[in-house]
Amino acid sequence: MRVALFVTCVNDAVFPSTGVATVRLLERLGVEVDFPAAQTCCGQPQFNTGYRRETEPLVRRTVRAFDGYDHVVVPSGSCAAMVRHHYPAFGPEAAALGPRTHELTEFLVDVLGVTDVGAWFPHKVTYHPSCHGLRMLGLGERPRRLLRAVKGLELVELPGAEECCGFGGTFAVKNPDVSAAMGADKVAHAVSTGAGVLCGADNSCLLHVGGMLSRQGAPLRAVHLAEILASTEEEPWR
Amino acid sequence: MSGVFVGMPAFPEAVRSAVRDERLRRNLRHATHTIRDKRARAVAELADWAELREAGKRIKDRTLRHLDAHLLRLEEAVTASGGTVHWAADSDEANRIVADLVKATGETEVVKVKSMATQEIGLNEHLEAEGIRAYETDLAELIVQLGEDRPSHILVPAIHRNRGEIRDIFRDTMGRWGRPAPEGLSDSPAELAEAARLHLREKFLRAKVGVSGANFMVAETGTLVVVESEGNGRMCLTLPETLISVVGVEKVVPEWRDLEVFLQTLPRSSTAERMNPYTSMWTGTTDADGPKTFHLVLLDNGRTDALADEVGRQALRCIRCSACLNVCPVYERAGGHAYGSVYPGPIGAILTPQLRGTASEVDASLPYASSLCGACYEVCPVAIDIPEVLVHLREKVAGQGGKGHRLEKAAMKAAGWVLDHPGVLAAGERLASKTRGLHPRKLPGPGARQWTDHRDLPGLPTEPFRDWWKKNRPADPPGDRA
Repeated sequence: MRVALFVTCVNDAVFPSTGVATVRLLERLGVEVDFPAAQTCCGQPQFNTGYRRETEPLVRRTVRAFDGYDHVVVPSGSCAAMVRHHYPAFGPEAAALGPRTHELTEFLVDVLGVTDVGAWFPHKVTYHPSCHGLRMLGLGERPRRLLRAVKGLELVELPGAEECCGFGGTFAVKNPDVSAAMGADKVAHAVSTGAGVLCGADNSCLLHVGGMLSRQGAPLRAVHLAEILASTEEEPWR
Repeated sequence: MSGVFVGMPAFPEAVRSAVRDERLRRNLRHATHTIRDKRARAVAELADWAELREAGKRIKDRTLRHLDAHLLRLEEAVTASGGTVHWAADSDEANRIVADLVKATGETEVVKVKSMATQEIGLNEHLEAEGIRAYETDLAELIVQLGEDRPSHILVPAIHRNRGEIRDIFRDTMGRWGRPAPEGLSDSPAELAEAARLHLREKFLRAKVGVSGANFMVAETGTLVVVESEGNGRMCLTLPETLISVVGVEKVVPEWRDLEVFLQTLPRSSTAERMNPYTSMWTGTTDADGPKTFHLVLLDNGRTDALADEVGRQALRCIRCSACLNVCPVYERAGGHAYGSVYPGPIGAILTPQLRGTASEVDASLPYASSLCGACYEVCPVAIDIPEVLVHLREKVAGQGGKGHRLEKAAMKAAGWVLDHPGVLAAGERLASKTRGLHPRKLPGPGARQWTDHRDLPGLPTEPFRDWWKKNRPADPPGDRA
């Protein structure tokens, strides 16, 4: 089984710890993982902003970079959704990458068949299901099942969990007032849980919500699911 | 579309006051969440919801593919049953037809059933200019009309008002339009409804001309269908001597049995009711029962332009249930007025730019008035993939290169070039990481400043992931790793 990590551009440049955690987690589960260096960005920002022509070279590059791998693992629901839902519009070769591409929790639960990944994370955690993972991929209970199996972790439900956090890529910049209002409500809900950690499976959303948490001095930190699942008693998080 | 909205600022500017209006935010949040939850329960009761949704989608798609044939069949059936059909290419033509028809009766007043199409064309304003007074009889439309306000929701046009505000509007304005509000009117829903009932009854009994839209038109029989909850529609459709219905061409369904699907999905999606309270159906005219004269004005007004767009045409499936508004996180914060059209929310964001084009600032900004969260698509009873159409329309807007889009395109091109050259990307990432101590907490420039107004930037890492990989996973054959 040849498995490649599609770390995503945001994780590569801003959240490498999520990439490192994904590698450690997969290796701990006995998966040999590769990082094809030709990968960059899936093209979602361009595509969703209406720049289809500018998206094309990135789609071609991504398809080439992961050629020959049985599985491509992505620690981001929205990038996985881009590949699976929008790549078919770029031709049959691009379409063929979709079924081989798995968001991290899909890969763990569906391909590896595990929910207890042997993690230890002694914190109170609440989970925000990002929209594209929730609605386009239909991740359902997978992330929560993985979190519930983590030793020491107390999972508390996030009120209004299924509501968008207000990031939305260029939406946050084009409609800053509405985006901030949505983010403020998400932050208030997260704070109301009394959790110390807001977990998500999409760092772009966490960049937005985490940035607001930090600005408001809220007693929560935004942490990517991969980092929680990679954490063990021997090698704890941070 | 209606002149009422001409000169609206772009969506991001138009929302600014709404986002800061605490009372409006509370009203909207309470109302949308209440309807949203009720809808979810009503839909969950049906085991075959997914099939009904698929059937609705297919009926509409099939109809739209042969729209011309179905409309001609409809015209024939309506004419055969005593009605007269008029064709209106745009709002001006439709307004002119209706005004002439009213004038021909010699009347100067009409009563109206709630109708999106007549609002779209600005009929009330046009009739007013022609010396004809149009009375809205739907409770919420009455509130909007008396308050000299604009509707902010398709189904609940006064959703932005709470009952205290409504009491004040009734007390202050009803007398100017007809029967005044009762003395000592309170803000209890029952008293408010009674005040409206008394005020409207006078109009129903006096009016000789009724104006309506329709939710559906059955081509097979020439039957029009109006779905409402208050009974005001039934009054307007049966008491006047002349009935004029203005209906968008996409409202036609081929056969009577097609209604079976929509009369299940529409009430559950809109008001969360299992069955609609007042469903009025009429076929032309009938001797000694109902209006003696019936006119149907078939309205295009940009619909055939939308139909010509292979991606965008799915917006014409819309049955105006407004489920997408009630789940939309953007609508909930922005309110309906910012959308600059009688069609607010997600459906408005894809319908308005197709009906009106994207020349004006507000229309060009509508496709961006969404975070693409997909909640609208999930609840749509005719499966309109609203995010897909939004992205498609963004492509059109970006392609026309208007305000800000030339710079954006250049930025996208530059970013695309970097992302297509991993070596350059890595060098940039390294430079950013090395200089991270120098990065300011607040950034200048459009976009960046708005981001840091509300959010801290993350501290950049010491190295990008690709460098960590290179150092920690040297290029040994995968099997040799510990």
